[in-house]
Amino acid sequence: MTPFSYARAGDAAEALRLGAAGATAYLGGGTNLVDLMRETVARPEALVDVTGLSATIEETDGGGLRIGAAARNTALAEHRAVRERYPMLSRAILAGASAQIRNMATVGGNLLQRTRCTYFYDTDGSRCNKRAPGEGCDAREGFNRIHAVLGASEACVATHPSDMCVALVALDARVHVAGAGGERTVPIADFHRLPGDSPERDTVLAPGELITAIELPALPLAARSTYRKVRDRASYAFALISVAAAIELDGERVGDVRVAFGGVAHKPWRALKAEAALRGGPATPEAIHAAAALEFADAAPLRHNAFKPALAGRTLAAVLGELVKGEAA
Amino acid sequence: MSLIVNGEAVALPSDPRVSLLDHLRETLHLTGTKKGCNQGACGACTVLVDGERILSCLALAVQYEGRSVTTIEGLAGENGLHPLQQAFIEHDGFQCGYCTPGQICSAIGMAAEAERGVPSHVSADLTAAVALTREEVQERMSGNLCRCGAHNGIVDAIRATVAAEWAA
Amino acid sequence: MSIVDTVKQGAQGLVQGAMTKLVPLAPDSWIPGGVPDPLIQHKHGLIGTSVSRLDGPLKVQGGAQFAAEFRFENMAYCALVYATIPRGRITAIDGAAAEAAPGVVLVMSHLNAPRMNKPPAFGSSPNGVGPADLTIFQDDRVHWNGQPIVAVLADTQEQADHAAALVEVSYAPEPSTTSLAGAKANGIAQGLFMGQPLLNEIGDAEGALAKAAVKVDATYRTPRHNHNPIEPHAATIAWVGDELVIHDASQMVTQQAQTLGEVFDLAPEQVRLTSPYVGGGFGSKGLWDHQVIGAAAAKMAGRPVRIALSREGVYRVVGGRTLTEQRVAIGASADGRFEALIHTGLSVMTPHNNMPEPFILGTRAGYACPNIKLQVEVAQMNMLANTFMRAPGEAVGTFALESAIDELAEALAIDPVELRLRNEPDKDPTTGLPFSSRHIDTAWRDGAARFGWSDRGAAGTRREGEWLVGTGCATGTYPYYRMPGAEARITLRRDSDGVRALVEVAAAEMGMGTSTTTAIVAAERLGLPLDRVEVAYGDSAIPGAIMAGGSQQTAAIGAAVIAAHNALVAELLTLAGNDSPLAGLSAADVGSEEGGLAKLDDAARRESYGSILARAQRDQVTVTKAGTPPLELMHWSMHSHSALFCEVKVNAVTGETRVSRFLGAFDCGRILNAKTAASQFRGGIIMGLGLALMEETQFDERNGRIMNPSLAEYHLPVHLDVPEIDVIWTDIPDPHTPMGAHGVGEIGITGVGAAVANAIYNATGRRVRDLPITLDKLL
Repeated sequence: MTPFSYARAGDAAEALRLGAAGATAYLGGGTNLVDLMRETVARPEALVDVTGLSATIEETDGGGLRIGAAARNTALAEHRAVRERYPMLSRAILAGASAQIRNMATVGGNLLQRTRCTYFYDTDGSRCNKRAPGEGCDAREGFNRIHAVLGASEACVATHPSDMCVALVALDARVHVAGAGGERTVPIADFHRLPGDSPERDTVLAPGELITAIELPALPLAARSTYRKVRDRASYAFALISVAAAIELDGERVGDVRVAFGGVAHKPWRALKAEAALRGGPATPEAIHAAAALEFADAAPLRHNAFKPALAGRTLAAVLGELVKGEAA
Repeated sequence: MSLIVNGEAVALPSDPRVSLLDHLRETLHLTGTKKGCNQGACGACTVLVDGERILSCLALAVQYEGRSVTTIEGLAGENGLHPLQQAFIEHDGFQCGYCTPGQICSAIGMAAEAERGVPSHVSADLTAAVALTREEVQERMSGNLCRCGAHNGIVDAIRATVAAEWAA
Repeated sequence: MSIVDTVKQGAQGLVQGAMTKLVPLAPDSWIPGGVPDPLIQHKHGLIGTSVSRLDGPLKVQGGAQFAAEFRFENMAYCALVYATIPRGRITAIDGAAAEAAPGVVLVMSHLNAPRMNKPPAFGSSPNGVGPADLTIFQDDRVHWNGQPIVAVLADTQEQADHAAALVEVSYAPEPSTTSLAGAKANGIAQGLFMGQPLLNEIGDAEGALAKAAVKVDATYRTPRHNHNPIEPHAATIAWVGDELVIHDASQMVTQQAQTLGEVFDLAPEQVRLTSPYVGGGFGSKGLWDHQVIGAAAAKMAGRPVRIALSREGVYRVVGGRTLTEQRVAIGASADGRFEALIHTGLSVMTPHNNMPEPFILGTRAGYACPNIKLQVEVAQMNMLANTFMRAPGEAVGTFALESAIDELAEALAIDPVELRLRNEPDKDPTTGLPFSSRHIDTAWRDGAARFGWSDRGAAGTRREGEWLVGTGCATGTYPYYRMPGAEARITLRRDSDGVRALVEVAAAEMGMGTSTTTAIVAAERLGLPLDRVEVAYGDSAIPGAIMAGGSQQTAAIGAAVIAAHNALVAELLTLAGNDSPLAGLSAADVGSEEGGLAKLDDAARRESYGSILARAQRDQVTVTKAGTPPLELMHWSMHSHSALFCEVKVNAVTGETRVSRFLGAFDCGRILNAKTAASQFRGGIIMGLGLALMEETQFDERNGRIMNPSLAEYHLPVHLDVPEIDVIWTDIPDPHTPMGAHGVGEIGITGVGAAVANAIYNATGRRVRDLPITLDKLL
C-alpha cells in the first residue's frame, strides 16, 4: 500500500472539504478499496472515512425509500420495507459476497466497486486501459469468461461486479451526489458508464464528488420481483450472469416489466429493449426468449464468454416464468 | 485513540495502512486470528466487532477506533471453552486448524444475524422467521473457506450449539 | 521425483539393486510385514475407536502456533518482487526508491545476495527437496513468469510491501514456450521418474482394441490446479551465531533442514527447523525459493526475518499440479471382459524439474486385462516447477479411466458397478505380484447397498423442477507406501504415579491427525493409557527423516515405533536383571501390556515399567530405532481402494451442478482413528468436488502468467457446495503393514472427478471430458 493520510468526516460538508484535495478517496467499508490499495491498483494519498455519514433508511414523501450512503449492505438487505416492497434488492445484496463483507460494505461503496477483471488487478504483469489508460488490454485476447458481451469497447471489455446495482438499475433508483458545486441527482442508469475510450472512469462522478444517498421510487410492481444469480459455485462468487426482474400482468398480457442484467457489461444493464418487446405481449417462454434475443442482438462475445447471451435469455425466461407463476397463484 | 480488544483498551497503530488483522497479529500478538488470503476471499480473519462478524484483513485498524473487537482468544470463559469451541472438537470441525478461528467467530456472528431475522440467499421467504436449516447454515457460512474439507463437521458443530441455542 | 519412486529408489538403494529380483520371490516371513503386527489382533483397545484430536483445544482457541506466528527480537519483514516475463535476463534493477523508502533495511537481488549453493532438487539425493534444479538469487536468469527476483526487508510488512512496489526491473526477454501447442511442437519425450519410464506394455493393446466387440476411445483433459492451503507459505528465520533457526510450514521437516544446510554450507546440526503446526499442505508445504531467500536476507541484514508469502506470492512461488491430456481406450467382449486397456497421454513440466503428472499409476493395478498399454509422455514449458498435489497421478488419472469405464458400461448396457467387479484382477496385472490386501468388491457391495444404487435410472430420466438428477460411481485407488529413513525415539520416564512415555518422530502434522494417531498407536503398543503418552514431532532435532507425503507417514511412523518398541523391550529386560519375574526371558518372548512387560504366553510373569526402572535406579530410559527397510513394497502389490457414489442435480436452465449426495466406501486396511480418518476421507472427496466442478489455475498461454492468483478467482468449494458426505470402510486389516493400516490422506480425492462426471452424464445425457465441469459445458 502506498502511504496515505486518514481522516474521518463528521458530516458531508466536512467530507467534501477533506475530499477536495487531489488524489483523495472516500473510504466506506473498505471491502473493495482496501483490497485495490493493497494490490496498488488504487494509490490515494488521502482517505476520508465517510462511514460516519448518514446511514439512515427512511420513507420518502413519494412513498419510496431514501438510503443514506453509509448504510451497510446487510442493513439494507434486512430492512423490513426493502424485503417487502423491493425483494429483488434484498436478494441481490444477499447474493453478493459473504455475510462478513456485507456487514462491512456500505451502499455508497457498493456503487463504486471496480471490475474483477484479473488483468486489471495484475498491476505488474498485465496491460489494462482501465488501470493505466492507453496501455492496452490483455483481457480481450486473454481469459475473458467473466467479461462483457454488451457495450464493450476496443479499450475495455470489463464487467461491473455489483449485484446490488443490478437491482437498483431495474428499480430506477436515483443517486444523490454532493460536490463542490452543490448537490445533484443522477438516475442510476446514467451513473455507471460504458467504457468507450476512457475505461478508467467507471461512473459519472466528478473528482471530489460524494455519494450521499440512494433513493428508491415508489414502485408497486417491485413487490413481486426477484434477483437470480448464476455463478461458478453455489455461493461467494461473482456473477457470470444475473437477472433482476419484476413483472405485472394485465390479464394474460404483460402490463409492466423491469429487467436488468449483471455480468454482461461495463455497467449494470437495464434491458429496455427486452422490456419494450415484452410489454403488452404474452408472458410466454417464447416471447421472453425473443425479447432477450433482441436485447442481446448486438452482443459481441469474446473467446470464453459466448455462452452468456443464451444463458441470460434462459435465466430471464426462468425468472419471469417464476414471477408470473407466483402472481397467478 | 484506542480500540477495545477482548475487553481491554489497546492503542491504534500510527501507520493507517495497518489492517486490523495485522494489528492483532503483529502488534498485539493475538495470532489466533488468521491471514489466509489478505484479499477478503477466505474468511480466516473473521472477528467480531460489536458482535458483528467482519473481515479484519479488509479493515484498516484506524477505522475501528472506539469499537469493541472480539477475537478467538476472547471466546473461552473462566469455565473453559465456549460451547462452540467444544463442539468443533467433538464434531471434528477442522483438520489443520487454520481456518478454525474464523469459522468459529463467523458462526457466532451468524447466529446473532439469524436471531435478528436477517434473511439469506437461500431463504425462500424473505420475511419469514429464520430457521437455521442445514442449507441456511451452509449458505451463511460460505464466506469461510476450508481447504481440509471439514465442512460437514463445522456445520454439525454449529447446528448442535449456537444454531440450536437461539432456535430453542 | 514422485513419491512412488522415492520409495522404490530408497528401497532399491538399500538392497543394492540385485535383491530387487529376489525380494518378490522371498518367503513372506523374511519380509517386513511377513509376520502380522501383533497390534492387528488387539480388538478391544483404542485402535479404531473415535478419538478427538489431542491438539483440538489449542486449535479452537487460536493457540496453535503456525510458522508466521513465531517472533524474534528486532525481526524484519520481507516482501518479494516477481518477474513478469517467462524467460530471459534481468538487465537492470533500480532499487533506489525502495532503499530510500521509510523503514527499508535491505533490497536484495542476485546483484548482492550472498553466494549460495544450488539446493539439491527433489529426489536427486535421499534428503534433497529443492524446488527445481536452479540456483536462487545467484544470476540474472528468469525461468518463469512470477519468479521471485528481488527481496525487500523493512521494519514492518507495510513498509516492505510498499518498497517492493517501488522496485523497477528491466528485462531482456528470450524466446519462451508457454503454450501447450508450442510445447508439443518442441518435442515430446517419454515421461521418466528417477530414470524409470512411465510405460507399461503387455500384449498388443492396439491390436486387441481393434478387434474388440465393444470399445470406447476418448481424450480427457484436466487443467492446472493449486493446492491452496488456507495458511499461505511462510517462514520466520533467524541466524543464531552460525546456526540457522527456521520456523517453517513443512511436510518434510528433516529434509528441508538438510537441504537448507547444503545451500548455506552448514552441518546438519547447524540447522534447526521446526514446524509444529501446518495450516494445510496437500503436497505444497515443501522447500521453495522463499525460505532460501528469507534465510539469505536474514544473513545479509543481520536481523531475523519473517517471510510470509501473500496469496499471490503462493501462486508465483509454489508450484501446483500440471495439466494433462489423456487418452483412454478400452476394448471389451460383449460380456464386459476387458481385452484391451490403453491409458496414454501427455503432461507438461519444465526444463528445470522432473515431475510428469503420473496419471497411469492408478491404472497399473486397476483391472484385469491381457493387453495393456500405459504411457505418460511429457512436453516442456517455461513455467514455475509443478509439483505433487494430493494423489499426484491418481487424482486426475482416475478421472479419465473411470469416466471411460462408465462410457463402456453405457455402451455395453452393463451396470457400471458390475462391470468393474467383472474385471477384478486376482493379481497385479502389470507386475504379477500378489495383492497384500484387496477387498474392493466388499466396498462396492456395501457402498451400493447403503447408497441405494439399485434405484438408479437411465441417463436423462429424472427431473425435480428445474433440476436434472443423476447418479454415478467410480473407483478410487491409491498405493500403500512406506519410505525408508523413519526413526522413532521412545523415552520412558518415571513420575510420581507411574511412567510417562515420550514418543518423538520427525513427522509433520498438517491436520491429518498424525499426532493423535501416533499417540494412540504408541499407547497401545506400550500398554499405556493415552494420557500417559506424549508425542513430539515437527522438529529437525528429532532423529530420522519422515515425509508427510505419499500417504505413507502413518506406516513409516508405525514401523519405526515397532522397531523402537522392540529395542525398548530389550533394553528394559537388560535393566530388569536377574531379580525380575522376567529374568531369563528374551525380547522375543516378551511384550508390553498394562504399563509393563509380560511374557507373551504367561501374563503372570510380568513387571511394571516403573518397577523395572526403580530397581535399576533409573529415572528414564531412551531408545532410538529406525524402521525396517520397506521391502514389503517389492514383495506385494499394495493398494487402497474406494467405491464412490455420487448424486448430482444439474440445473436445466443454467447448467449449474450441485452435488446432492456422496458416499465413499473405502478399503484402506484397518482404520486407526475413526474420527480423523473419516475427516481425511471427506476432505479428499471435497477437494475432488472442487477438481470436478470448479478448480482451474488460469495460465495465460501468451506469457505464462497465472492470472487468478486469488481465492476469489480460483474457486474452492464453499460450505454450500458441500453435501453431507457419507463414509464407510471395510476395516479389514492388511496383514502385511504396521497395525494393518494403510494411509488415508490421498485416496479420498481419487475417483471423485469421474464419479461426479458420471453422475452428470446420468442426469443430463451429456459426457464432459474436460475438467472442470463448469456450467457453460452443460448448456
